[in-house]
Amino acid sequence: MSQVSETTVDRPVDTSHMQVSSTNVAIEVIGMHKWYSDFHVLRDINLKVMEGERIVIAGPSGSGKSTLIRCINRLEEHQEGQIIVNGTELTADLKRIDEVRREVGMVFQHFNLFPHLTILQNLTLAPIWVRGIPKAEAEETAMHYLERVKIPEQALKFPGQLSGGQQQRVAIARSLCMQPRIMLFDEPTSALDPEMVKEVLEVMISLAEDGMTMICVTHEMGFARQVANRVIFMDQGQIIEQNEPEAFFSNPQHERTKLFLSQILH
Amino acid sequence: MTDIGFVRADMVDARPAPHRTSGAVAWAQKNLFATPLDGVLTVLGAIFLLWIIPPIYNFFIGHAVGPAGTVEECRMENAGACWAYIHSEMEFFIYGFYDIPEQWRPNIVFALGAALLIPLLMPKVPFKRTNAVLFLFVYPIVSYYLLAGGVFGLKPMPTEKWGGLLVTLIISVVGITLSFPIGIILALGRQSKMPVIKTLCIGFIELVRAVPLISVLFMASIMLPLFMPQGMTIDKLLRALVGVTLFTSAYMAEVVRGGLQAIPRGQYEAGASLGLSYWQRMYFIILPQALKHVIPGIVNSFIALFKDTSLVYIVGMKDLLEAVKTKNDTALEWQSANTATTGYLFAAMVFWVFCFGMSRYSIYMERRLNTGYKR
Repeated sequence: MSQVSETTVDRPVDTSHMQVSSTNVAIEVIGMHKWYSDFHVLRDINLKVMEGERIVIAGPSGSGKSTLIRCINRLEEHQEGQIIVNGTELTADLKRIDEVRREVGMVFQHFNLFPHLTILQNLTLAPIWVRGIPKAEAEETAMHYLERVKIPEQALKFPGQLSGGQQQRVAIARSLCMQPRIMLFDEPTSALDPEMVKEVLEVMISLAEDGMTMICVTHEMGFARQVANRVIFMDQGQIIEQNEPEAFFSNPQHERTKLFLSQILH
Repeated sequence: MTDIGFVRADMVDARPAPHRTSGAVAWAQKNLFATPLDGVLTVLGAIFLLWIIPPIYNFFIGHAVGPAGTVEECRMENAGACWAYIHSEMEFFIYGFYDIPEQWRPNIVFALGAALLIPLLMPKVPFKRTNAVLFLFVYPIVSYYLLAGGVFGLKPMPTEKWGGLLVTLIISVVGITLSFPIGIILALGRQSKMPVIKTLCIGFIELVRAVPLISVLFMASIMLPLFMPQGMTIDKLLRALVGVTLFTSAYMAEVVRGGLQAIPRGQYEAGASLGLSYWQRMYFIILPQALKHVIPGIVNSFIALFKDTSLVYIVGMKDLLEAVKTKNDTALEWQSANTATTGYLFAAMVFWVFCFGMSRYSIYMERRLNTGYKR
């Protein structure tokens, strides 16, 4: 799981639409703490994500990276501090949680496609029942995004008939069908065969090129270099260091960061 | 010096698998006489079958008295099953004490039920929604008034008079259609994060599951009237229905819970991250998968329910088995050595046909729903 790869996409990344807003805040996390029963898993997290930012979160396993982004759409509950997403603060209020989730897409390490539904049904379920979009229109949107992830011909198959890379691209398309304002990626390439990592990264890069606000927990340092505008390094439930990728990789400040980078970059 | 270098020059094309040997002799050699021990066991097995089959055949068919036979034939020595007895008492076995001139009413109920249920069970037949509404909501009302009468000039027919297969089918169909959704709700409730709901569900399940059905029915018939206002009685059939339904619901809940636990957490999370509400997640994502996993368990409960209907004699209902028993004990004109045996065999066969049908249908459904997991 914590293997690090440096897969890169052999084409220049088009940065013309990658603009970070200086005024619009997408996510704000203030003094947030979280415990798993007695284990203090996230400690004093402060993070402000502007619209259009592409953030890569790195760190050793168990450092709380995944837990952090899972708090952002309330798959995990935090106990202290504030999380404000698109201006809505996450509390126990179910209505607000659903409101936030509608606008925040998430891609999981193990895809989590619905195995009993076809690819097309996977993509249209939420738009139809959450957004109330007519079926025909939802299917049209779904096909659009399937084309975008380059597998429109798989629309009527079941997830089990697709390769891992194809499944992950479907999962990305499924999130996009809800037309979210923010995308969270939780180690999207960690469960993939090496040959399939590239096709998923390609899709993620093209998303970034369109100006999507993204937070990616990933070990793909090549992706971080090419796409991210900020790299966050976490250890022991805390944000240890964050910087622009260039500076982060060439000139790490904290001892823990230096150690981590020395172990993963050769 | 060893040379370990290797480069494949040309790729091998895929070709069809080699032919398998077939034919009766090859099959027998492989499956029956593969080793000397196999051969001995096969011969022993054949001898056992030759020993056991003729008497069974003779009892059921060879020496049996057919439907047109008489009681004298049944009383003869060496006579087999007395099917004439079954034929002569068939009406009682099907309708109980239901008035004979009025038996067209249960017949219509049977026919309607079959006409609505069979297309509902066949995946290819269209109009599933209309069909389901008709079967689940319209059919019970129509059936009740048709059977009970008292309206539209139909002769009133108290439930005490209903009996036989009619009662067995009513209790099992109602029990199955009600206990399934109740069981699902209980299973979801048991997994709920809300403490009150969770406790109530656990309490109900553990209480009902820990008591024999007989005592649930007994309580329904003895205890329930104690809580009712003076003079108010609850119909016997209704008591049996409530008892059986609640009992099966508790079992169903545990079966469904097993299915829910087999669903990976990622499925819940994926649904939640898309903004689907709790009920949407359950209905569209979790339950279709969970129920598919536990079809054998669900059908197991249904089969158990179907057979447990014979316990309603506790509250004084004459279901199929009780109707057979009653006739066995009281039909003096049919008394013979094999009359009672034949009666019970008949009841067993009827139960078997229905249970086997459910079992086959569940296997068919399992296969049909397998698509998503094929890899």
